[in-house]
Amino acid sequence: MANVFTNIGEWVNERAPGMMPMYRKHMTEYYAPKNFNLWYYFGSLAMLVLVNQIVTGIFLTMNYNPSAAGAFDSVQYIMRDVEWGWLIRYMHSTGASLFFVVVFLHMFRGLMYGSYKKPRELVWLLGMLIFLALMAEAFMGYVLPWGNMSFWGAKVIISLFGTIPYIGNTLVEWIMGDFLPGDATLNRFFALHVIALPLVLLLLVVLHLAALHEVGSNNPDGVEIKKGPKGNRWDALKPADGIPFHPYYTVKDIVGVGFFLLIAAFIIFFAPSLGGWFLEHDNAIRANNLVTPAEIKPVWYFTPFYAIVRMVPSFLGTAVWGVLAMFGAIAVLFVVPWIDRGKVKSIRYRGTGYKVALGVFVLAFFGLGAVGAGITAEVIPEWFGNVDLTTWENLFGRLMTLLYFGFFVFLWAYTYFGWEKTKPVPDRVTTHD
Amino acid sequence: MTKRLTTMKHFLASFALALGLLAGTMPAHAEGDGGLMKSGADVRDQASLQRGAKLFFNYCVGCHSLKYMRYSRMAQDLGLTEQEVMQNLNFTGAKFGDPVISHMPEAAAATWFGKSPPDLSLEVEARGADWVYTYLNSFYLDPHSPIGWNNTVLPNAAMPFPLWELQGMQTAEMKAGSAVPEKLVLSHPGTMTPAEYQQATRDLTSFLQYVSEPAALQRRRYGVWVLLFLAFFTFLAYLLKREFWKDVH
Repeated sequence: MANVFTNIGEWVNERAPGMMPMYRKHMTEYYAPKNFNLWYYFGSLAMLVLVNQIVTGIFLTMNYNPSAAGAFDSVQYIMRDVEWGWLIRYMHSTGASLFFVVVFLHMFRGLMYGSYKKPRELVWLLGMLIFLALMAEAFMGYVLPWGNMSFWGAKVIISLFGTIPYIGNTLVEWIMGDFLPGDATLNRFFALHVIALPLVLLLLVVLHLAALHEVGSNNPDGVEIKKGPKGNRWDALKPADGIPFHPYYTVKDIVGVGFFLLIAAFIIFFAPSLGGWFLEHDNAIRANNLVTPAEIKPVWYFTPFYAIVRMVPSFLGTAVWGVLAMFGAIAVLFVVPWIDRGKVKSIRYRGTGYKVALGVFVLAFFGLGAVGAGITAEVIPEWFGNVDLTTWENLFGRLMTLLYFGFFVFLWAYTYFGWEKTKPVPDRVTTHD
Repeated sequence: MTKRLTTMKHFLASFALALGLLAGTMPAHAEGDGGLMKSGADVRDQASLQRGAKLFFNYCVGCHSLKYMRYSRMAQDLGLTEQEVMQNLNFTGAKFGDPVISHMPEAAAATWFGKSPPDLSLEVEARGADWVYTYLNSFYLDPHSPIGWNNTVLPNAAMPFPLWELQGMQTAEMKAGSAVPEKLVLSHPGTMTPAEYQQATRDLTSFLQYVSEPAALQRRRYGVWVLLFLAFFTFLAYLLKREFWKDVH
């Protein structure tokens, strides 16, 4: 048997001599720092979820009907009549939410350990493009089941473009292909969701990894292992603190995959709608342009950004500022490598101001999520009794918006004027687990 | 606390339990909220589903369809034979593989009630089991309503109360100086005691919960084994990792 594999390997090698060197470059001779911690699982987990979304998505496509008349029924057909259809759909819907869970954690890891800093700016930029494409992909996917929240969510989100002066209304009609989300909208969103954006995502992931492997991975100490001493057990010229990605991190990532799948399987098999957070109750009602859901809100992963739209007031006779602020909240992340002038990468050796600011930033993100998901609207009357909800919600939401953007302003000032007192960074990575 | 907040708490609590492999016994929608009664509906109780199905086909299907539910699938999941379903539950002459469609003509229904009765296939998915259960327990006599009935959960509902013979008739005691019901009193007892009626509506709710997601029966059954396998797999992966990493210092 081994002989057969060797023969096939040789046969391929003769015809494509570049394959093995490429495999070595990215797997067995890609030297990653040996001190990766828990936060370093989320990159490989994001890839796992991407594969899950593509595979389950292919099977959903076989039975889904992309038309306003047939979409809702076809989802129920998948849930009831297609063999294992319910499992495939729940894997896809749970995967969508978990995609954002791991991507948010992955991005936070980057902020925490300064993985966006020189020489990794390009890795960060490509990652941000992936995030942008993922948001578009998720939004369009959410419209496809054609439930009532799909319809109204699509209507509200697309209407955001209507706030752009002069061209807004025309633009909205152009996006929808109609005056309301309808057959034309569903058809184009289907095309974009299953073909265009997955291709873009895959290409960006390849570029993200290629860019990463050029410069090498950062680590929890923020130490450049390539600048440290040379020579490890495998190669006298490679970093002493590096270990081959395969087999060390492949076997380690499999443990992470096991834990992740345990959580995913629990949701898929025991709480697929997660109490209305992953699959919303209003989406069990067919799209109906005459019946507005009691509360229109996006799925949880869009809530922080949606809250910013709601909280920024309109002035000078236009509501475009909220939309600009929302896109600004994402755009500002693109330029983090140039906002942060600090020389120290990892939070372990950065100043107290940075640690506090990052903590506040995370709280602001959750606070905005609470506003966008309508949690503050429920909790404020419950905790404070009969107060003016709009005033207090606006106050809270605007404070959170200020803190969100304030983080970046602070980060720039803190590092530009040299206020940050850093700790000495060690020459070598410190620990591994 | 509204539904999503409470269910989130439940999720976290039940998640901790499920890791101890108790997941198979966690009831869905166990606790009420927002003034709703706790339904206690349980789709794993097959006897309850059968009783609920009987009630549905005796009292509800005259007006309400379950267009996504096939008789054959229902028979299979509820442990009934084709003969039992076709003789006792199918009153419309539909084929065994057909979905449950009411015989009520839609246009006429719209004239009689002001709107045609909604399909109930996904009612529990959309509103929650507690809502359905509370709704069935909250009808009261209302002389001001054109149909003579009203409901505290869905005020001015277009639906008359079909289960009145079972529950009897409730009347509302209004809040002082308003037309908002404060509490419902059973003024004319029905053929069932209040406890029996609550059990009957619980059965009906369980049945509708099953109808809104028949796969729930399968996913709970398989889920336990999937989690056990993954726990074992993760353990092996951990041993493998430890072995490989022995020489990394």
